[in-house]
Amino acid sequence: MMNSVNWMTALPEICLLSMACVITLVDLWVTSKDRTLTYVLTLLTLLAVAVMYAMNASTGQTLYGFGQMVVSDAMGNWLKCFATLAVMVTLVYSRPYASDRKMLVGGELFLLSMFSLLGMSVMISGNHFLVIYLGLELLTLSSYALVALRRDNGNATEAAMKYFVLGALASGFLLYGLSMMYGATGSLELSSVFQAISSGHIKHQVLVLGVVFVVCGIAFKLGAAPFHMWVPDIYQGAPTAVTLMIAAAPKLAAFAMMMRLLVDGMLPLAIDWQQMMMVLAVLSLLIGNLSAIAQTNLKRMLAFSTIAQMGFVLIGMLSGVNQGNTLSAANAYSSAMFYMISYVLTTLGVFGVILLLAREGFESEEISDLAGLNQRSPLFAGVMAVCLFSLAGVPPLVGFFAKLSVLQALLASEQLSSLVLAVFAVLMSLVGAFYYLRVIKVMYFDPPLTATTVSSQSHVKVVLAANGGLVLLLGVLPGGLMSLCAVAVVQALGT
Amino acid sequence: MQLLSLAIWTPIVFGVLLLALGRDEHARLVRWFALLGAVLSFGLTLPLYVQFDNGTAAMQFVENLPWISRFNVNYHLGIDGISIWFVVLTAFITVVVVIAGWEVITERVNQYMGAFLVLSGLMVGVFCALDGMLFYVFFEATLIPMYLIIGVWGGPNKIYAAFKFFLYTLLGSLLMLVALIYLYIASEGSFDLATWQQLPLAATPQTLLFFAFFAAFAVKVPMWPVHTWLPDVHVEAPTGGSAVLAAIMLKLGAYGFLRFSLPIAPDAAHEWAWLMLTLSVIAVVYVGLVAIVQQDMKKLVAYSSVAHMGFVTLGFFIFSELGVSGAIVQMIAHGFVSAAMFLCIGVLYDRVHSREIASYGGVVNRMPKFAAFAVLFAMANCGLPGTAGFVGEWMVILAAVKFNFWLGLLAASALIFGAAYTLWMVKRVYLGPVVNQDVEALQDINAREFLMLGLLAAAVLWMGIYPKPFTDVMHVSVSELLEHVALSKLPL
Repeated sequence: MMNSVNWMTALPEICLLSMACVITLVDLWVTSKDRTLTYVLTLLTLLAVAVMYAMNASTGQTLYGFGQMVVSDAMGNWLKCFATLAVMVTLVYSRPYASDRKMLVGGELFLLSMFSLLGMSVMISGNHFLVIYLGLELLTLSSYALVALRRDNGNATEAAMKYFVLGALASGFLLYGLSMMYGATGSLELSSVFQAISSGHIKHQVLVLGVVFVVCGIAFKLGAAPFHMWVPDIYQGAPTAVTLMIAAAPKLAAFAMMMRLLVDGMLPLAIDWQQMMMVLAVLSLLIGNLSAIAQTNLKRMLAFSTIAQMGFVLIGMLSGVNQGNTLSAANAYSSAMFYMISYVLTTLGVFGVILLLAREGFESEEISDLAGLNQRSPLFAGVMAVCLFSLAGVPPLVGFFAKLSVLQALLASEQLSSLVLAVFAVLMSLVGAFYYLRVIKVMYFDPPLTATTVSSQSHVKVVLAANGGLVLLLGVLPGGLMSLCAVAVVQALGT
Repeated sequence: MQLLSLAIWTPIVFGVLLLALGRDEHARLVRWFALLGAVLSFGLTLPLYVQFDNGTAAMQFVENLPWISRFNVNYHLGIDGISIWFVVLTAFITVVVVIAGWEVITERVNQYMGAFLVLSGLMVGVFCALDGMLFYVFFEATLIPMYLIIGVWGGPNKIYAAFKFFLYTLLGSLLMLVALIYLYIASEGSFDLATWQQLPLAATPQTLLFFAFFAAFAVKVPMWPVHTWLPDVHVEAPTGGSAVLAAIMLKLGAYGFLRFSLPIAPDAAHEWAWLMLTLSVIAVVYVGLVAIVQQDMKKLVAYSSVAHMGFVTLGFFIFSELGVSGAIVQMIAHGFVSAAMFLCIGVLYDRVHSREIASYGGVVNRMPKFAAFAVLFAMANCGLPGTAGFVGEWMVILAAVKFNFWLGLLAASALIFGAAYTLWMVKRVYLGPVVNQDVEALQDINAREFLMLGLLAAAVLWMGIYPKPFTDVMHVSVSELLEHVALSKLPL
């Protein structure tokens, strides 16, 4: 059984791939301006795939397939399920925006999204350096094309170029690090790498050099400082629909990549990579929060806020191993997972409002464009405010519990250094509160600049309201999602 | 549903319904619905007092359900003699505030009323929470509605005020959050307040915890020198916002001292009592002097609030039963009196649109009924016997004299300053001849305003003449608290 192919482990991915091909063909005959048929088929496919992931996850089994190259465990399946749902919600928010901007002349938006989701799924399932790398490349190549989807738009093209060059550089880093690990351990499969490292026969310096490059590659993909330079430019330059596609679901895949490579593969080197993450976290919190204050462009501000939020995720990741003791590892990694999921949920709401406010010839991406939104649409303003308060970490919203669980994991080590880092993190989130509050101020306290009413299709409004409601509901009752993350991570660590 | 849950969630449910369904086209319906919610919530707090057992220090009306099992956070509610009156006070002030906003607020009425009702439920939650994390969630969540109330319905410089309010208080409470997580880890996985109060702690952690809590609560109280946000915020906030802020939100901080700082870190509290007493006396004397020179009525009352809250913290850190009970009585009395003072200013502001003392003079000639109320509340503010303000101040001063004569003398001198700034304002605004056209054109208060001020006047007089119901309930709880605080928690 161990070395058999075991197709079942990749069944949802195979369905996703087949349907993506089918929809590509069907799309050739679609004539409607809004690509309604493609849209509906894509959503149905994604829904089916999400249900499959959820069913796999709820069995709680860990299965290996394709000769140990692919793993299907609860953590991976839940992350894939949430990523699929995130892509669905992204598409729902994006369609009106894309339709207004002639991005629906062909069905590429939907197809490339499906392929990038496939890339994420492969990345999350990977139990092997090359599989993870292949998934990552599928994701990023689809994303480059998505950013360039408005090829007549100068900003988008520039962003696509930057994204491609920097993304290729990051992939190079990662690949270089992985090849060094392969050279040192003689294996590409994660559990063999783990065993080789923990045997203690391999020269430490070689391993550490490899880890440095792997961590750099991951930090690039997460957008953690000092590897954050691409994030603001791409967020701002890409069409908002694509910004959301890059900002939301792939973060879950990046988290899984971090878990697979660093924890499943290189946990014995934790003392080394945790120190690097400490530096990354401090710099991300500092640079992200301070730079965000100066922004007037909402998308750019959110890009810097993302960098700061990733700092918190890294705090969760670096609290796992304390002086060689892995007792609190599950606690720490599940807090990071919870943080990432709540971040994705909140980001969807924020960008959803921006997307739905944009009209033909109007991007709605300056902070001042939101002036008086509360008078124009209390629903949109309410969802935006809930999401921003959540990002700022104000209870009773989900973002507060995410910060709480991460800080609790950090302080559990009972070291003075972690106390200092915790105080630094909360002071930085005070800075963060300032720029989130400023957006809320513009929406609620400033008079509207235009009397245009905000209108959108009712099903989009329902999704948006549910998104905001979920941010509040998971804040009032965070227990379920927290224990889901805990169970999944415990299981992932146990194998 | 238990009584405490009802007291917390009824206003929140009413508030959320208003936010979701209310429209300005049906402003009238919205107002009546809000009043119904407020009165119903107030009515639900009365059985708490009626069924309350004065003879025990144990928590009553306890509810304990698991909330976030992963962190062992429980939905643990209960009240004792210290907290019961604040629950009633919060619900009462909300009724008054809804009446106060009746005609004044004409735009986005549903959001205004909804925000106050949600805020009311959250504040009741703070006073009932017996779980550290539950307390923190309620404590912090109050910032959201208050931020919007100040920012949307406030005065010309409202944005500065809203930000100052939010960020200042957030800074303090974030440090408290770190302290709560520290306690959670030190107690091996518990957020239960009772467990924390029994937890032995060495001297250094106690000091750190004490100052982390101090950061959160001193800003909220506010104690000198972190009081500077209060005058700015009061000046810009709408009348209802000022009333709730002064009457209840400041008490959240003082209440935090009683629930967290004193029982969790008693040794540090004793060690640093000198600092707390010094800051309190400075608040009482210096801020009292600052109040005298204010030109703006709201600023004057704001500074007077800081001075009165100085009495409260002074009473706490004397560690005598008289002092602590006096401080709690002072908190309740100040809740009634400061709300009334701000509503009086609101009545004038609605008519003349000025808060400057210089814009008024001889108001009594045009508004005799209103002036009678205003003078009564002013007398209560300077602690005239027979009004609410007297009881608490007198108890605290007595305790202070017993503790140290010179401290008592300094505290007592504040009564003189209090009388000076309040009476001088009364003289300039209400007495004398009519000074200008605006005052000449004033109309006396209508039935709605009479009702709102009348309710508060009744409370102020009742508390001044017959304070027994207030002191009786807290007696056992306060002596229990002091016995606990007297025991050292240092590990042997």
